[in-house]
Amino acid sequence: MQPTLARTRAARADRDARCVTAHPPDRGDESEVPFSAMEALTPRPADALPVPVATGDPAVAPAHLTTADRVELLRTMVLMRAIEARALALYRQGRVPGSFYDGFGQEAVSVGAAFALGPRDRLCPLHRDLGAHLVRGVAPARILAQYMGRATGVTGGRDGNVHFGDPATGVMGMVSMLPDMMCVATGMAMAFKLRSEARVALTWCGDGATSRGDFHEAMNWAGVQRLPVVFVLENNQFAYSTPLAKQFAVDPVQRARAYGFPGVTVDGNDVEAVFEAVLEARVRALAGEGPTLVEAVTMRMHGHAAHDDMRYVPPALLAEWAQRDPIERQERRVAALGGDVDELRAAVEAEVENAVAEALAAPMPDPAAATRGVFAEGEAEPLGDGSAPWSGFAEDGDALTPGGDRPATGAAA
Amino acid sequence: MPTMTYLEAISDALREQLRADERVFVMGEDVGAFGGAFKVTDGFVEEFGEQRVIDTPLAESAIIGTAVGAAVVGMRPVCEMQFADFVSCGFDQLVNVAGKTHYRFGLAVPIVVRLPSGGGFSGGPFHSQNPEAWFMHAPGIKVLAPSTAEDAKGLLTAAIHDPNPVVFLEHKHLYRRVKGEVSSGLYETPMTARIAREGSDLTVIAYGAMVHAALEATEELDASVEILDLRSLVPLDTEAILTSVAKTSKVLIVDEANETCAAGAQVAALIAERAFEQLDGPIRRVATPDVPIPFSPPLEQAVLPSVERIRDACRDLLDY
Repeated sequence: MQPTLARTRAARADRDARCVTAHPPDRGDESEVPFSAMEALTPRPADALPVPVATGDPAVAPAHLTTADRVELLRTMVLMRAIEARALALYRQGRVPGSFYDGFGQEAVSVGAAFALGPRDRLCPLHRDLGAHLVRGVAPARILAQYMGRATGVTGGRDGNVHFGDPATGVMGMVSMLPDMMCVATGMAMAFKLRSEARVALTWCGDGATSRGDFHEAMNWAGVQRLPVVFVLENNQFAYSTPLAKQFAVDPVQRARAYGFPGVTVDGNDVEAVFEAVLEARVRALAGEGPTLVEAVTMRMHGHAAHDDMRYVPPALLAEWAQRDPIERQERRVAALGGDVDELRAAVEAEVENAVAEALAAPMPDPAAATRGVFAEGEAEPLGDGSAPWSGFAEDGDALTPGGDRPATGAAA
Repeated sequence: MPTMTYLEAISDALREQLRADERVFVMGEDVGAFGGAFKVTDGFVEEFGEQRVIDTPLAESAIIGTAVGAAVVGMRPVCEMQFADFVSCGFDQLVNVAGKTHYRFGLAVPIVVRLPSGGGFSGGPFHSQNPEAWFMHAPGIKVLAPSTAEDAKGLLTAAIHDPNPVVFLEHKHLYRRVKGEVSSGLYETPMTARIAREGSDLTVIAYGAMVHAALEATEELDASVEILDLRSLVPLDTEAILTSVAKTSKVLIVDEANETCAAGAQVAALIAERAFEQLDGPIRRVATPDVPIPFSPPLEQAVLPSVERIRDACRDLLDY
């Protein structure tokens, strides 16, 4: 039993499990636009059901995040933005081939969600979820080399941008057909349940992906089998240029209930809120209560890719969302706790500059490698364990059990 | 050695793998309590339990997608598509997720997708297809198509042991028609071609049910006809193909699949490119024309390669 998680469950025992709110108190900034106001900025279909609005729970949040955790959440978001900003500049200089996709403004979603996962949990991030790779321990130089198609990138130049997963970190890389990874994460969870292992799988999907069949197939399957899987719906208002009102008639978080499990909505620009919601979903999953759909409402502040001028986004909408920048919010919290934000930023900038230099110095791949590695040879090696920096796991010996994905003896029978 | 049908041999391979390796499980539509549409997994749920013989929702994309997820965390899933035709619904997961993962970042995806394939039973356009060429064209997927009971067991065993996604075509027409001696215990059949009958005047290249059609068609010909059973389409045994063609100098290639870009088209291209100097006649093909497989028996028989069509093509080539 995990001590911190036990506290979570006790604190929340009286809640309606079907209508979970998981929004920590806003600690410190009166100037922030309240989360409830976001509804007005979110073009929802007229007949959509009301969005559950988080109210906050002062008794819970401080128990989960130490000051060091809150600084680490900030540091990882700043690192994600710094890497992507630098990569965008490199793209414009012709150093990054193809196109470039970033998660500017959405850093809280991948960082907050991945931060709630244990080392033996498995995850499938998307193209705006670089933060998840950083949480799991992928070095910035390898990511920048990946963008540049270098031999030292995670895929050695075989794939580009955020289309990668470092198997050693417990991460399976995405494909561009969205949301295929929802089925994959469901299968990971199925294996965990089959082997009676206390682990969860987590994947992200976008608002556009909710229209495809794999969203339904995965949600239905996970609901039928009550699997330990967390689906994070990263609602960033636009699928390329298509707004929500052209994507669905009912907010897809409402669909979770139809599949037999809870759907919750959180402020996707509040990293601690995302963390809390996913932590709670993980607790539910480990308790055998099945999947959770966590809708993180956010805004894609850049174009779909580097070429996209976003003419289709009203400037007022961007301006409103800019006031809720997830990094600035976390900076205010950390500053209020006495943290030196400037020092943190300077350290991250230096780290990224070193990583850029390292990536630029790395060789391009040998063309002969293009035809190698299509098939695996020898014994298949499963995903390994990744970093899990949240302090809650340091308290919990069980979650740190090493060993990767070997089957538990006799568990399958 | 016990005698088994092709279907029993497939069941035997699965059962032995489930007994030998706790990472192996089977899943698909109606594979549990009902034992599968063709009864390949009959009695499995009683022996192995519902957790390892999983009745899934009707969701082919999720069947293959969840298999991928389970595989990358250490399991060895064997999925059944109720009919090969339905793999079109899972095509994306197989081609884009399973097939490309190892190339992209070195993560092996050891899954097997069983496809009951082929026509001849008035199955109509959606229960008769031979979709093997779709997957030959997609890098990273192995494609197997046994014709005998012994090879069905050995190749399925090899497929489950393989660290890659494997598409396993089991021809429905062979399920109960083909019998043979099958070794008990675990054994692997290599993913190479097999000479089904030796000959020196003409080579007929086929796989799956067409191997039997080719054997029958050439039985009473006044010539020495070699029948090469490919068994594996990916990897393709180019050496066996070229060796046989060099020996006979004449070649007929038979596919039950639709003609354009079929497995046989690839074999023909290989021979044209690498064995042109050894040929004493044109490369000939017999395949299903590019039409959906019709329902009514006279229509279906009009398009599927028949023993007569194969025999006529052999005679033409022998006379050339």
